[in-house]
Amino acid sequence: MKRASTRIAPPSRPAERVAPAAPALAARTAFPLRREGPAKLTGEARYADDLVFAGAWYGATIRSDDPHATLIAIDRDPDFDWSRVLIVTADEIPGENVVSLISDDQPVLVPVGGEIRHHAEPVALLAAADRSTLHAAKRRIQLRTERLPAVFDPLASTQQIAHFAIRRGDAEKGLADAELIVEGEYRVGHQEQLYIENQAMIALPRDDGGITVHGSLQCPYYIHKAMKRALNLTDAQAVVIQSETGGGFGGKEEYPSMIALHAALLARKLGKPVRMIYDRHEDISATTKRHPAIVRHRTGVTRDGELVAQEIEVVMDGGAYATLTPVVLSRGTIHAGGPYRCENVTITGRAMATNTPPNGAFRGFGAPQTEFAAEMQVNRIAEALDVSPLELRRRWAYREGDVTPTGQVLRESVAALEVLEAAAETAGFSRKRTDRRRASTSGGTRASGIGLALAWHGAGFTGAGETHLASVASIELTDVGAIRVLTASTEMGQGTKTIFPQLVAAELGIGIDEVEMAPQDTSLVPDSGPTVASRTAMVVGRILIGAARKLRARVEESSGQPFPRSYRDFAKRNGGIRIDERFEPYPGITFDEERYVGDAYPCYGWAAAVAEVEVDLDTGEVAVESVVSADDVGRVIHPVLAEGQVEGGTLQAVGYATMEEIKLADGRYLNDRLATYLIPTALDAPRITSILVEKPFSGSPHGAKGVGELPMDVAAPAVVAAIHDAVGVWIHELPATPERILAALSGASAPDTPGSEPGTRSGARANRAAPARGVDPRPEAPSDPLPLRAPQDKGGDWERDR
Amino acid sequence: MPNAVEPPVASPSSLQDAYALLAKGGYRPIAGGTDLMVQLTGEIGEPPERVLDISRLDRLRGIERNAGWLVIGALTTYTELRRSPLIAELLPALAEAAATIGAAQIQQRGTLGGNIANASPAGDTLPILLATDARIVVGSGRQERTIPATEFWIGYRTTARADDELVLRVEVPLVSDRRVRFRKIGTRRAQAISKVVMALSWSADGRAGAWRNVRLALGSVAERPIRAWETEAILEGARPDEETAERAVAALAAEIHPIDDVRSTAEYRRAVATRVLHRLIREEGSR
Ligand SMILES: Cc1cc2nc3c(=O)[nH]c(=O)nc-3n(C[C@H](O)[C@H](O)[C@H](O)COP(=O)(O)OP(=O)(O)OC[C@H]3O[C@@H](n4cnc5c(N)ncnc54)[C@H](O)[C@@H]3O)c2cc1C
Repeated sequence: MKRASTRIAPPSRPAERVAPAAPALAARTAFPLRREGPAKLTGEARYADDLVFAGAWYGATIRSDDPHATLIAIDRDPDFDWSRVLIVTADEIPGENVVSLISDDQPVLVPVGGEIRHHAEPVALLAAADRSTLHAAKRRIQLRTERLPAVFDPLASTQQIAHFAIRRGDAEKGLADAELIVEGEYRVGHQEQLYIENQAMIALPRDDGGITVHGSLQCPYYIHKAMKRALNLTDAQAVVIQSETGGGFGGKEEYPSMIALHAALLARKLGKPVRMIYDRHEDISATTKRHPAIVRHRTGVTRDGELVAQEIEVVMDGGAYATLTPVVLSRGTIHAGGPYRCENVTITGRAMATNTPPNGAFRGFGAPQTEFAAEMQVNRIAEALDVSPLELRRRWAYREGDVTPTGQVLRESVAALEVLEAAAETAGFSRKRTDRRRASTSGGTRASGIGLALAWHGAGFTGAGETHLASVASIELTDVGAIRVLTASTEMGQGTKTIFPQLVAAELGIGIDEVEMAPQDTSLVPDSGPTVASRTAMVVGRILIGAARKLRARVEESSGQPFPRSYRDFAKRNGGIRIDERFEPYPGITFDEERYVGDAYPCYGWAAAVAEVEVDLDTGEVAVESVVSADDVGRVIHPVLAEGQVEGGTLQAVGYATMEEIKLADGRYLNDRLATYLIPTALDAPRITSILVEKPFSGSPHGAKGVGELPMDVAAPAVVAAIHDAVGVWIHELPATPERILAALSGASAPDTPGSEPGTRSGARANRAAPARGVDPRPEAPSDPLPLRAPQDKGGDWERDR
Repeated sequence: MPNAVEPPVASPSSLQDAYALLAKGGYRPIAGGTDLMVQLTGEIGEPPERVLDISRLDRLRGIERNAGWLVIGALTTYTELRRSPLIAELLPALAEAAATIGAAQIQQRGTLGGNIANASPAGDTLPILLATDARIVVGSGRQERTIPATEFWIGYRTTARADDELVLRVEVPLVSDRRVRFRKIGTRRAQAISKVVMALSWSADGRAGAWRNVRLALGSVAERPIRAWETEAILEGARPDEETAERAVAALAAEIHPIDDVRSTAEYRRAVATRVLHRLIREEGSR
């Protein structure tokens, strides 16, 4: 993947250049190398499976083969020598049989007589001293079950996990007044996080009767809490230590609690360490995925392109247990309108339970799903109005002072237009779109196209989430004069261990190398909250800056000297001190969780992407040639790392757009291996240009807003818009596979998503633009149903821009 | 959870020794191991009891021209195929196919013999061997025998090779004026298994522009790699024009029996097989 990079300072604030992270070595050295980088490069980094504990046994999980059933019995083959194998079942759980999270609905193990709610659900645990015994034992256990009727389609499910409604103005009246109504139904499927390192946990019995776990994880204190409850442990008896973690993307937010509990139950009974290391097949078949969603839009506009009303219905498939679904749905619902000003909005979100493995956290957390739909809708409206999609967004995009569907006044740090213009200009969007329109592509075997999308992403936890978390981060000046950062915020390749020392060193006026990072070990560090929601740089970074300021003031008050010159002497004279700083709510930010009204997030990141594709007209294969992604992340802390997030998020979104798909049969994932779950290879990767736009947030002393999830929201709809530009058909369902594209080109209905029940799709009534009651559309506006343009016919265009 | 128990491996240095071990039974050959190592985990079918490492059998190596034949040893890797001047001259479509297999690492290890013996319906080199009238030479302590490619893959992952036989080499007849076209439609641009793979060969009949000796072979559209006999019959003696293309495509659609699976749909495979054939014929016609 070639990389290119530019930095743009928005015009609204004096241009302030941080040295560009261009390939030039000189510029790069201005920013520190990744803290854990050398160990990873040299192979010295210790991932969970690299950790050696004497006498450790291997653990395995017996999982259900049914999507929905009553567990009658766990039968062991009497001909097998069970003396060499340890077995743990649900009745041996000392505490509550729940994986503690939002709802207490998910058991650690399904008990005999209990309900199996999805395929691959954990039922029993085995351990043995060697892998071959374990392997053999696994085959000698049979689950006796009684099948229950199963539901795989969220639209057919009657079991609701969560529900949200957001209302502003009067959408019904707005739609009645509109001159054109565009309807659409969009679908997105599961997506697997596919971190490089599989899930892994090792549990060790402690002398105090507790358990220590080492593992690959994002959120040490989630596991800590889960262990206390299920194993009946005190705070001190449950210890969670992060080992080097090879990627998470949300996949190691909640599921590691389950694995830690399994390993801990075995270790506790055995009295020896137990290693629970998943292989890729188990990891894909059993752990959480991105929520599939069905999003319906009815949008009312005037003939001259004013946005009058949005009516949006979001249905997410939560899978068998709640996990994080309510929060995923909440974020998805809040973002569902896209970054556009609209007076009359109704958004309803429902998450339904199905008998499929639970879905959970994944980079973007509900927003990529609903923003894909929102951007599809805007692009189709632009087409229906015969307006450039760039121009329509220019008109509709949020500006400072605009009000969101939850009634939040966007008081500051709104960069929708800046990212839009930056991406469009860098990619040459208008010029290329017009040029191609003139060029005749008839007779060719390939068609190229360009597409655009815009997104917003609420920074940090939703609503009052951060206030509830009340995270604590600490800085210690040790008695030998070292500066240590103590947080539970994890490094998983994104840069936590590099940016925290940067922020603290800058505040204290000392060198970055003088700041140490304490290990992510719950017996040593405070609960700085989970490493999720793009919150680490913005929220935990702010707490650390607060702590650093206090430390500096204490030392300087006492010594009368600047901190850098006095802190070592201070430590020698007075001994060490530690500042524990707690999260302070952002001033003026309030959210009513009951009514879903107010400041849903302290601020938002903004992103625009322009994608260029080439479609093979014989096969429907799509080559994504390039993506320009412009992302406003507030103040950039480390440009190389920030661009890395944009590039990675963009590529993950390109996979989401074009090939990543879970196929199901009877509630079971069919393509649960790397040979069949496809992500882009280096050859499939586009040229990615990342543009970092800086519109700082005043609530962060360092201006940061978070970068991790934002790029994931925006590239997929840009790719699908580019496919439309190339071949004239809209693909309403992700991924836009060659199968779907060819079916759309030949006018047939696209293949169903496996697992959804036929007959539940309302394709016939959806996806059309229709004049509203009694109003004649202007002659050139497409009538009902929206005609699809032939590949060669690019239609007339109306581009007001440069 | 992978099986930790590795089967015993024998590494004979002569064909005679290899044949003797194979005659004892229970041995499965390993060449590049790119298919076999995956099977060792036991997750996909029964793992082998014992493994016979054939990498020291130098008689299974080499690419040469022998009278009217191109002879390719079973242990020839994809990288060797891509780099061979002889292949570039005599059968460039095979180098083209080799370049689409896996990616660099797989091409370094994976062998033509392994692709042939593994007998996947999606084996990417197999349509080329079918479309060029290749013969596969197998040997055992009993005898060496030559099996036409058309008689080699007889069912789903089953071949005419007996358990105690090794694939020794492939022999491709050299036909003057033969043209071979290859197309693979994979699941992505590298590390991709074919949704449809196709090889078309013919000899141009100079003046009239008609095609002779037409062979069309496909993978991933049936339970084994197949020749499309009916379609060939329509193309035989015809000129590559629009009308021929239409007729050929209709015949092909009726002749193949693709399935829905985890990689694609029957509908897509049928559509793509016909569209690609149509394209190839039109491209040749407009030359
Ligand atoms: C990541 C990956 C990507 C791949 N991509 C492709 C692809 O794009 N296209 C494709 O067609 N294949 C692909 N494959 C499959 C594989 O690489 C090929 O089939 C390859 O040609 C196998 O050759 P090998 O030498 O590695 O065979 P091995 O794995 O050593 O053997 C394969 C089978 O053939 C038998 N065998 C091997 N040699 C002989 C012999 N001389 N005589 C008798 N039996 C023999 C073995 O016993 C075994 O059953 C891929 C595999 C992987 C792991």
